Amino acid sequence: MTDSKYFTTTKKGEIFELKAELNSDKKEKKKEAVKKVIASMTVGKDVSALFPDVVNCMQTDNLELKKLVYLYLMNYAKSQPDMAIMAVNTFVKDCEDPNPLIRALAVRTMGCIRVDKITEYLCEPLRKCLKDEDPYVRKTAAVCVAKLHDINAQLVEDQGFLDTLKDLISDSNPMVVANAVAALSEISESHPSSNLLDLNPQSINKLLTALNECTEWGQIFILDCLANYMPKDDREAQSICERVTPRLSHANSAVVLSAVKVLMKFMEMLSKDLDYYGTLLKKLAPPLVTLLSAEPELQYVALRNINLIVQKRPEILKHEMKVFFVKYNDPIYVKLEKLDIMIRLASQANIAQVLAELKEYATEVDVDFVRKAVRAIGRCAIKVEQSAERCVSTLLDLIQTKVNYVVQEAIVVIKDIFRKYPNKYESVIATLCENLDSLDEPEARAAMIWIVGEYAERIDNADELLESFLEGFHDESTQVQLQLLTAIVKLFLKKPTETQELVQQVLSLATQDSDNPDLRDRGYIYWRLLSTDPVAAKEVVLAEKPLISEETDLIEPTLLDELICYIGTLASVYHKPPSAFVEGSRGVVHKSLPPRTGSSESAESPEAAPSAGQAAEQPAVIPAQGDLLGDLLNLDLGPPVSGPPLAASSVQMGAVDLLGGGLDSLMGDESEGLRSDVGGSPAMGGGGGFAAPGPAVPAGVGAPLGSGLGDLFDLTGGVGTLSGSYVAPKSVWLPAMKAKGLEISGTFSRQVGSISMDLVLTNKALQVMSDFAIQFNRNSFGLAPAAPLQVHAPLAPNQSVEISLPLNTVGSVMKMDPLNNLQVAVKNNIDVFYFSTLYPLHILFVEDGKMERQMFLATWKDIPNENEAQFQLKDCSLSADAVSSKLQGSNIFTIAKRNVEGQDMLYQSLKLTNGIWVLAELRIQPSNPTLTLSLKCRAPEVSQHVFQAYDTILKN
Amino acid sequence: MIHSLFLINAAGDIFLEKHWKSAVSRSVCDYFFEAQERASEAENVPPVIATPHHCLLSVYRHKIFFVAVIQSEVPPLFVIEFLHRVVDTFQDYFGVCSEVMIKDNVVVVYEVLEEMLDNGFPLATESNILKELIKPPTILRTVVNTITGSTNVGDQLPTGQLSVVPWRRTGVKYTNNEAYFDVIEEIDAIIDKSGSTITAEIQGVIDACVKLTGMPDLTLSFMNPRLLDDVSFHPCVRFKRWESERILSFIPPDGNFRLLSYHVSAQNLVAIPVYVKHNISFRDSSSLGRFEITVGPKQTMGKTIEGVMVTSQMPKGVLNMSLTPSQGTHIFDPVTKLLSWDVGKINPQKLPSLKGSMNLQAGTSKPDENPTINLQFKIQQLAISGLKVNRLDMYGEKYKPFKGIKYMTKAGKFQVRT
Repeated sequence: MTDSKYFTTTKKGEIFELKAELNSDKKEKKKEAVKKVIASMTVGKDVSALFPDVVNCMQTDNLELKKLVYLYLMNYAKSQPDMAIMAVNTFVKDCEDPNPLIRALAVRTMGCIRVDKITEYLCEPLRKCLKDEDPYVRKTAAVCVAKLHDINAQLVEDQGFLDTLKDLISDSNPMVVANAVAALSEISESHPSSNLLDLNPQSINKLLTALNECTEWGQIFILDCLANYMPKDDREAQSICERVTPRLSHANSAVVLSAVKVLMKFMEMLSKDLDYYGTLLKKLAPPLVTLLSAEPELQYVALRNINLIVQKRPEILKHEMKVFFVKYNDPIYVKLEKLDIMIRLASQANIAQVLAELKEYATEVDVDFVRKAVRAIGRCAIKVEQSAERCVSTLLDLIQTKVNYVVQEAIVVIKDIFRKYPNKYESVIATLCENLDSLDEPEARAAMIWIVGEYAERIDNADELLESFLEGFHDESTQVQLQLLTAIVKLFLKKPTETQELVQQVLSLATQDSDNPDLRDRGYIYWRLLSTDPVAAKEVVLAEKPLISEETDLIEPTLLDELICYIGTLASVYHKPPSAFVEGSRGVVHKSLPPRTGSSESAESPEAAPSAGQAAEQPAVIPAQGDLLGDLLNLDLGPPVSGPPLAASSVQMGAVDLLGGGLDSLMGDESEGLRSDVGGSPAMGGGGGFAAPGPAVPAGVGAPLGSGLGDLFDLTGGVGTLSGSYVAPKSVWLPAMKAKGLEISGTFSRQVGSISMDLVLTNKALQVMSDFAIQFNRNSFGLAPAAPLQVHAPLAPNQSVEISLPLNTVGSVMKMDPLNNLQVAVKNNIDVFYFSTLYPLHILFVEDGKMERQMFLATWKDIPNENEAQFQLKDCSLSADAVSSKLQGSNIFTIAKRNVEGQDMLYQSLKLTNGIWVLAELRIQPSNPTLTLSLKCRAPEVSQHVFQAYDTILKN
Repeated sequence: MIHSLFLINAAGDIFLEKHWKSAVSRSVCDYFFEAQERASEAENVPPVIATPHHCLLSVYRHKIFFVAVIQSEVPPLFVIEFLHRVVDTFQDYFGVCSEVMIKDNVVVVYEVLEEMLDNGFPLATESNILKELIKPPTILRTVVNTITGSTNVGDQLPTGQLSVVPWRRTGVKYTNNEAYFDVIEEIDAIIDKSGSTITAEIQGVIDACVKLTGMPDLTLSFMNPRLLDDVSFHPCVRFKRWESERILSFIPPDGNFRLLSYHVSAQNLVAIPVYVKHNISFRDSSSLGRFEITVGPKQTMGKTIEGVMVTSQMPKGVLNMSLTPSQGTHIFDPVTKLLSWDVGKINPQKLPSLKGSMNLQAGTSKPDENPTINLQFKIQQLAISGLKVNRLDMYGEKYKPFKGIKYMTKAGKFQVRT
């Protein structure tokens, strides 16, 4: 009765039996036999041996039998190409059949047989079918072109099928249009350059018409295709949006999401003042909310997309917080995504509700979910300042539950809250300390130790607490060991009298008994620091920490904009651009949001920010376990504190060694990290009153240690040192004939923080010159001579003198045109001469122009797009590293470097003497000597000059 | 587009595979099995799994994983929607969608799948079209086919395939012309400990069963269409008419279909028809806990609440429960710790309650988590949102059809925290 009978086997051997049945004269028996063969095939059994027998059954007028044989053929033709040829005649004949169903079936099946010899025979029937009178055949043939292209792309192009396919976009039948679009989209995915879907207002109009009439699947293809179109102005964008919005009410969620993509993209072009813009925003919320009542798998995809939408346009869903509340029987993958979005939507208005919910989740069963909920409370505290107090008290409540993993998570997040709001919630420390014993996870232990160390002065028994950890020092994870080392050093600096023993113990544990280089190095640094100059040690170790960022792991804006263009696709689920996962990334064209009309025309200008690799992409507030080193260093050493006095003091001590060099590199100086005399006998310390370690480190360790530190502390390393920025060759500023025989040539330079004007004065007159003086007119950056012009002896005829005139930037300011114009007056005993010169802007780039990565990200976002300028640096074939080191010499600092599809992106910052920050993104393609430079600055007028500075620096 | 489909049962066996392009080795499913192993329950297997060369998208329905393999960038929702359509089609063809049923009808399944996709592009997914192409198996037809040697594959081009109304076949004839509409609303709600509503929303649908001769053109209007501000329509509904006049105008598909679904969001006030009073307490240092719940009607607009069912997942520490219901039957499964109480109707004069004690594991501290109570119920002849159909008119045909409309309210995901 049922098909399961096809699976019964007989003793004689299944294949043998089937063969006999297939060759039977009785139609019915034949059909049953083919069914058995198909049944075996579906469960993965190999029935390819029956190929000739099955193909023999193909010549039949029974449609079902024909279809079954076709099914078989599609599966096995590849393994039996010679045999498959036998079927060709029947296919060609069927393509002429009066029944459109059979014509379509034949052309459809032929396309599925992936055998070269057959594809040759396919061309003629396919050509006919593409022009068939019956739309059903045409739409099937359209898909067949995509199949053929997959097998033999060249053939498709040679035969002109692509043009025929393009013509089908104007077909009268919407279904044919949809399939043609689908086929073309698939083909162009593997041929990104072919520009198959050449969209123009006319073709767009046709697509929009077909959109209303075709099937749901066709609508998806058409909408996805529309999303690639770039409307010429905001009016066109609006009219497309108007015609797409009805799709938001479609029952098929894929249609809805594709429509959302088109709207989100084209909205970029609409002015925010437009009434329509507001209407559109309002229309977007309900369909997104509706997606959340669908099946969990759909919800998941929807939530991943909503996560992007909320980051791009939080206003759409800001009132819909409640739909993201978690139901206890939601699958875990839905719960975690909802939680993420809840935090993104959290604001002062809804924080009370959110907190109540989070607290509820923290008592659920699923451990992963509970942990994430507790973290979420911490993130709320950091995000919504007004809620911090409530969050802390919620966390305290949770700690009272004594559920082990809840307590641990809570302590980890409280550490972050302390950092965000210093000196506010330290009263809870006592409660935290009560739970010290229950902490068994490294992250929680490390967090607790950090707290004890940081607030050692408020915790009476801090030394006892830390000592208790010290007992099992070697069993701890590196994270905890490092934290413990730092905490005890902090404690010592705060309470030096009673903790000497403890600090010596930990230093010797770290340096002598440990084989972890990070730990050992940090141990040595502290040791040397403490033994050399405890005051400096205090300044370094107890330095004020930078506040942590407010926003919680946002996706970097360039990536976000790209992902918005990919709403509804896999990329939007992975939160990665397609190039990161698509096979061979052959077909990847970067998509970008259209620019708002009226803003800069560069469509590709990225809106965004630096990152080194995926991990660093998100400025994580909650530090990931992985980057503990960077994080710890950050915690302890903080921002560059007053560097020079420290370095100076160590020089005075005559101990220009490990500490001097090492610290300089910590301070972000460009020194080359540790010198190689690490192993040498360290100097005896003065202030601390205890002995530095003996020559414990074998000399051989020195070099690797040094380079290790260099790596750890700074990416910049290497070049640059103290050479100062690029100095242009001198040029003549004032020719002799204009100044009664005085010729002045000169250039500007910047060295170790000071600017100077290097002048050569030549006397080409016949009389002696004396009484030189110089004065600057007011200028854009307040440049002024820092000292009078000193020409010691009178200048005899035909004599030259070289003078370096130090400059400062405290003079009076007046905006000049061009910006870097400097008007100078030089006086001598003969007359007063005036000339003007242009100074290169890079002499104004200051040494502390390196921005914190997070600051950079925030600033880049903050600066409006109109302020962005893009330039091309031609004929520069340097590698990214060479570029970066060259620029660093002139105080242009590389903050991050990232490789995107083979091109290097450098993110750089620089600061001008008057405090103006300039952020840059430099794109370097390996084979292309032209670099693309995008500059963002609050004072956009400097961009042009900064570009010139780049140009000069890189070309010399 | 969609490359292949694997059907996998709960035990992790692949019992059917179908490839629409070149064959993909079943070893690709190993990544799925890994994910399946990691997930605590089948429902928790993530729907999107990335592998080095492919992406696996899956849905879990009727204890079967439908795993689609894709190779290029394809909208995941498109794939998942398609998989749902496959499940619906199986259900439509065979009555139930189960492993046994699929194995029994493997050839039909294969034929159907072949018709649904061509080279990974959807071909025919409307059930009426599919049924014309490949007739569903019935006992009678199997017998007739065996005797006459005829086939269950249609050789006519389905009329719906290319018409402007692909959802309706031509030449429909009935002796009794009837059109029935069911307005069904489900309340999703979370109620907190104290009984106040945290969130509540209504998911409504209008399901139709239309058996009308010819090409009828229907209009359906509502008393209060303003309620419907978030709707998803069947493709047959003319959107423009709705936009301008708030009237549903459509040529219906033949037979059963979902005319529209709508959503009444959390921002509107949603009436909650039941309340649950609960007193569940675990005491430290005691191996006995108290359990007491009472269910009662709240805003029911005078209608009776029926089919009430209470389920709750008790904490692991609960060994057993000895409870007495005032009505209905209850079961506690000591292995899964699932308590279910089939209450039946609520009589407002005598509220149903379930009382008793819980045996807790001795010596352990009280459970961290509180059980959440899940509620199911039905109210006939009421759409809780207040939605009401005004009238149904038919144009284009001359006969007079029978018309009917039914309302029902049900609990969707209705949860009470304790």
